[in-house]
Amino acid sequence: MTIQFNDETFRDDYTFRNSPWAIKRFPFPFHEDSYMYSVNMERHRGGPKGSVYEKRFDVDEHYLSEMRDRALVLAEDPLRCQSLPHMTLAGWDLLELIMVAKSEDYPDLFELHRNGNAWRWVNKPMGIDHSFTFLDDATLPHGPMEYITRQTQGDFAVLDQRDDNLWMDAGMVTTQADWSLDFDIGMNFFEWHAPVPLAHEMGVFQRALKFLLNVQQGSPARRLNWTMTVNPLLDTSPENYHKWGIQKTELTPENVGAKQHLRVELQTFFRLPRSNALVFPIRCYLIALQDVVSVPKWGRRLHRVIRDLPVELATYKGFVRNRPLIVEYLSQFDDGLPTSDGVWPDLETEPPLRSG
Amino acid sequence: MSAGTEKIDVIVSDIVKVNDLVTRFEFRRSDGGLLPTFSGGAHTVVEMKDGDITRLNPYSLMSDPMDQTAYTISVRRDDAGRGGSLFMHQQVKKGDRMVISYPVNLFSLDLRARKHLMLAGGIGITPFLAQIKQLSRSNGHFELHYACRTAALGSYVDELTSGHPNAVHIYYDDRQQVIDLERLLDGQPLGTHVYVCGPKGMIEWVRKTAADMGWPREAVHYEEFLAPQSGKPFEVYLKRSGKRIKVGEHESLLEAIERAGVDAPYLCRGGACGQCETDVLEHDGEFVHRDHWLEDADRASGCKIMPCVSRFEGRTLVLDR
Repeated sequence: MTIQFNDETFRDDYTFRNSPWAIKRFPFPFHEDSYMYSVNMERHRGGPKGSVYEKRFDVDEHYLSEMRDRALVLAEDPLRCQSLPHMTLAGWDLLELIMVAKSEDYPDLFELHRNGNAWRWVNKPMGIDHSFTFLDDATLPHGPMEYITRQTQGDFAVLDQRDDNLWMDAGMVTTQADWSLDFDIGMNFFEWHAPVPLAHEMGVFQRALKFLLNVQQGSPARRLNWTMTVNPLLDTSPENYHKWGIQKTELTPENVGAKQHLRVELQTFFRLPRSNALVFPIRCYLIALQDVVSVPKWGRRLHRVIRDLPVELATYKGFVRNRPLIVEYLSQFDDGLPTSDGVWPDLETEPPLRSG
Repeated sequence: MSAGTEKIDVIVSDIVKVNDLVTRFEFRRSDGGLLPTFSGGAHTVVEMKDGDITRLNPYSLMSDPMDQTAYTISVRRDDAGRGGSLFMHQQVKKGDRMVISYPVNLFSLDLRARKHLMLAGGIGITPFLAQIKQLSRSNGHFELHYACRTAALGSYVDELTSGHPNAVHIYYDDRQQVIDLERLLDGQPLGTHVYVCGPKGMIEWVRKTAADMGWPREAVHYEEFLAPQSGKPFEVYLKRSGKRIKVGEHESLLEAIERAGVDAPYLCRGGACGQCETDVLEHDGEFVHRDHWLEDADRASGCKIMPCVSRFEGRTLVLDR
């Protein structure tokens, strides 16, 4: 299908909205009525038709608006995009991966024409038609990583692999859940995960690192992560906390359904062939609670998950202060009926909410 | 899920005898398409159907990483080995169909290095051939010191010395030419990384000398593929799958597990990557550990084994597989 791109904002007047199509395909992250950390990796080789898992790099109705928001963030703070000198080859790897994937997966939107190293890239939604020389930095207006990630939804951490560890040596990070590339640049896997509670003691990071070091060319992997965000803000960065942190105090019982958003990250992992680096795209999907509860199964389950979440996690995810308000709101959509296994909406088979 | 399961169907498009011991094989995709690019230092695992036995041996890719039309590997004949290299030398013919894995790199260049100092012994030259091609394209700074037994057995010496006359240094054992390692390491500029690939003794010599001279561990890179060695047959009980298997004399434990239809993870099949690490649930006997993955404490505990290269001698071995 041809995607209708929204004209919307993720700041100031917050005109971001999900269409019924976007709600139905939202990557709801809870496969059961409770949540705890796990190394919930699976292979990233497609998924159900129309789902966000189907393509290597999902393009949806928010594409153009997200790219506009990224450009605004970068104009204010160029350090959101950084690449240490040894990571340029990995940047070309990433450019190739995305251009090949998008032109194959969305031939009506993107074209890539290659003749040796003479490449032509056509991005129809963004109105780009650009000829350049592959591996020649001087033929692009930005470095290769910056060039392609200004045209691709989601954040990108490009990780160098050496000494049996991964190093955050390049990235484009403007839609992050409260972490800073400028702070993490050059850190290894354990260093940048140091602030995460409980998981270190559970050995989650040792297992995750071992898995990631062995992600192979041709065998990408994926997982989901989640948090909560007040207002549909893509840029919840530490750098701008003074601007958005205060918005957490603006929730009321009347506006919580519209303002409080579930924020889900589809995290994927691809081995990059020429550099042997690992790219970690982190794609952010936002949905207002009032849209989550339009799916009866998700309304029931989200109430139970948020209500029962360990306090350390609610604190780390930044919503412990508003949890009573959120749980109170969600409780209206939990009639106590059992829920089906798995993340899918199951609209045809799950019963509608029993009015109490 | 086995790592390294992404496979490519190929045709043996060329076979060239390099010298008395080494033969080069070229692979192209059976479907005529392009092969994945790779990074210098990567290997591919070649599947060999030798009668009832399927051998999976890793070989470094030596072709230009940017060349997607063909991969080449060089195989050194090992008359005393378990037969993988003999199979390649004697059974494989031009035009044969084979299956190889996607490239896997356990010996990649550290792209931060200001200079790459490469030390090769014998067939250990192969990963450097691809790395040198990669570095030549990006004007990378490298220097190769390559020790061979004799001029007649010096694989690719001519191509290296003519292509890179100021960066390649050859040492022949039969002329008593030896790398003056201490002097070489002593004279390197700050930011140099050392890479060594060759026989076990050479790798240990380089690592120890560098460590003694104060080189940081992170700046010394090495790759040694161990070939699984033959040994006495032994029996194993795979508890999770409920299967009792027998490991033959010329078969690795990993191969025996696979032959029984049990999916076990692997990557390098040479004792280096750690992917096949397996928990030992019970044992009565002695382990023959041959990997360089397990820590001494793991070995002492008797709770871990690397089935790609290690064996067991004794009465009972129960694995969590």
